[in-house]
Amino acid sequence: MEKTVNQKAWFLVLPVLVLVAFSAVIPLMTVVNYSVQDTFGQNQFFWAGLEWFEEMLRSDRMWDALGRQLMFSGIILAIEIPLGIFVALNMPKSGFWASFCLVLMSLPLLIPWNVVGTIWQIFGRVDIGLLGYTLDALGVNYNYTQDTIAAWITIIVMDVWHWTSLVALLAYAGLKSIPDAYYQAAKIDQASRWKVFRYIELPKMMGVLMIAILLRFMDSFMIYTEPFVVTGGGPGNATTLLSIDLVKMALGQFDLGPAAAFSLMYFLVILLISWVFYTVMVNLDKKGM
Amino acid sequence: MAKITLDNLAHSYLPKPTSEEDFALKELNHDWDDGAAYALLGSSGCGKSTLLNIISGLLHPSQGRILFDGKDVTHAPTAERNIAQVFQFPVVYDTMSVHDNLAFPLRNRGRDEAYVAERVNEIARMIGMEDMLRRKARGLTADAKQKISLGRGMVRKDVNALLFDEPLTVIDPHMKWELRTQLKKLHHDFGHTMIYVTHDQTEALTFADKVVVMYDGRVVQIGTPEELFERPEHTFVGYFIGSPGMNVFPAKVDGRRAYIDGTALELGRGYRPLDGKVEIGVRPEFARLSQSEGLPVTVRRVEDVGRHKIIRAEFFGHDINIIAGEDDHISADMNRVTFDAAHVNVYADDWRVPGEAA
Repeated sequence: MEKTVNQKAWFLVLPVLVLVAFSAVIPLMTVVNYSVQDTFGQNQFFWAGLEWFEEMLRSDRMWDALGRQLMFSGIILAIEIPLGIFVALNMPKSGFWASFCLVLMSLPLLIPWNVVGTIWQIFGRVDIGLLGYTLDALGVNYNYTQDTIAAWITIIVMDVWHWTSLVALLAYAGLKSIPDAYYQAAKIDQASRWKVFRYIELPKMMGVLMIAILLRFMDSFMIYTEPFVVTGGGPGNATTLLSIDLVKMALGQFDLGPAAAFSLMYFLVILLISWVFYTVMVNLDKKGM
Repeated sequence: MAKITLDNLAHSYLPKPTSEEDFALKELNHDWDDGAAYALLGSSGCGKSTLLNIISGLLHPSQGRILFDGKDVTHAPTAERNIAQVFQFPVVYDTMSVHDNLAFPLRNRGRDEAYVAERVNEIARMIGMEDMLRRKARGLTADAKQKISLGRGMVRKDVNALLFDEPLTVIDPHMKWELRTQLKKLHHDFGHTMIYVTHDQTEALTFADKVVVMYDGRVVQIGTPEELFERPEHTFVGYFIGSPGMNVFPAKVDGRRAYIDGTALELGRGYRPLDGKVEIGVRPEFARLSQSEGLPVTVRRVEDVGRHKIIRAEFFGHDINIIAGEDDHISADMNRVTFDAAHVNVYADDWRVPGEAA
């Protein structure tokens, strides 16, 4: 079969190229521009080469923030994924209560980030917050503005409250797609509840769980608003996650060069981890776990 | 293996069925003989899957009992009944190897590994998958997966019956034939009681010793393929089995004669006066087009399907199909039809009336 060559076809790609250029490439290049230059205001720039990157790689500040960030993402994934699966397994499969649960579960997802932060900020306050006051009344030493552990627990519980629903909804969708025959066959084969989960439900949920883990990882790794509203990165720097630190550096101290270098590395780390995760999961999937 | 007895069995999906209409499966008494191959044939929604699920214990009947070799298992859970079921869509445990799939039911019952390995190899040989045992079940073809589900059922020695719920639906046409043949051979070699649900008459007739035809929640006829063909007990059987199905015309029957629109037709047997809706049924195979004898007919078209010709015609305002041999000459002046009197059946309210030989 003869192939027709028509270079005009490139024009069809143009809209998406323009869109991506304005939404991603140009802003990113601006950041790249800042990262290799120094500025003293009045739009005067001096070439700095890779100096900012070297400085950032040597600074404890960024490594500490990265460590806290990894810990935060690790903890919330370790809680939200199993909890989401557990919730999905126990949700009604059909009828009124199924719809009811779905709506109920979606509620936290519909609340704006800064509102979630505010809710928990007030909820946890020892003087007026229901949670803080109750805990205090019970004699528990809870004060997220002063105690590192309390601050961490607060932002982790907040994230779990906010996002477990997403994992649960995705897992639920995965579960719903399993034909009844699988459960019937398992009954005939006398499979235990655990084996049904391990050999039927989990493999069938793998696809959506991968998406859930990826989404939750990326989102939590970039989290800013909620912990910023609740703890502002404190006490001290205890909950200063990467993005909070970045904003402090870029807007608080107006160190544009280091902040630009920081954000590029930040971006590359997310990209790298997501890519590694995705590749590993896809390979596992091919081998059939 | 066991004889399966259905005693006064009926099922309704409604919590409080009142009229007969509410029952998806109407009252039924039947023995499934040990070691026989049955096909449950009927159109979609006729209750055949309901019946199958009741036998396998996935569904509890609203009334009646199920006995396996005389033992009441009506309320026994699926696992206790030792039945195996192959579903419409192949059910395999994707993440396990073929070997582990086959071993799964035995391992769940806590059998020791030596026994499991022996049985799995035996079954793999039976279903012809010995060289695939180490493979993951994922990514196998649909027919291989269906063989695995069959093997998983047969791996238990104490299995009472093998149930099939339209197992060839998702199989490629050329593999259907092979699988069916293999199934038949397995039945022949090992003698399991098999119940095979299908809406495909070819599948049913080639697979089974006895075909159970269901219609509207009721078993309308149980018989060998030959009986279903020659003496359909219900007009549905006549219509559903055969290609094309039986011709049915409203008629008046008096003694040894039937009258269609006042025109007389000889019957092979004598009949007492009949009440209700009276019809006669003739299979297209037992009708013959003729120039001079018989009743008037208007030929509309002739379809040559290769091994024979199907004549579509009009007969006293009703559609009629006639089958003629591939080599039979059909001319334009053939405008009469004769019936083989011995194969004209009489129906009152859709049920066949036996008639009196003489």
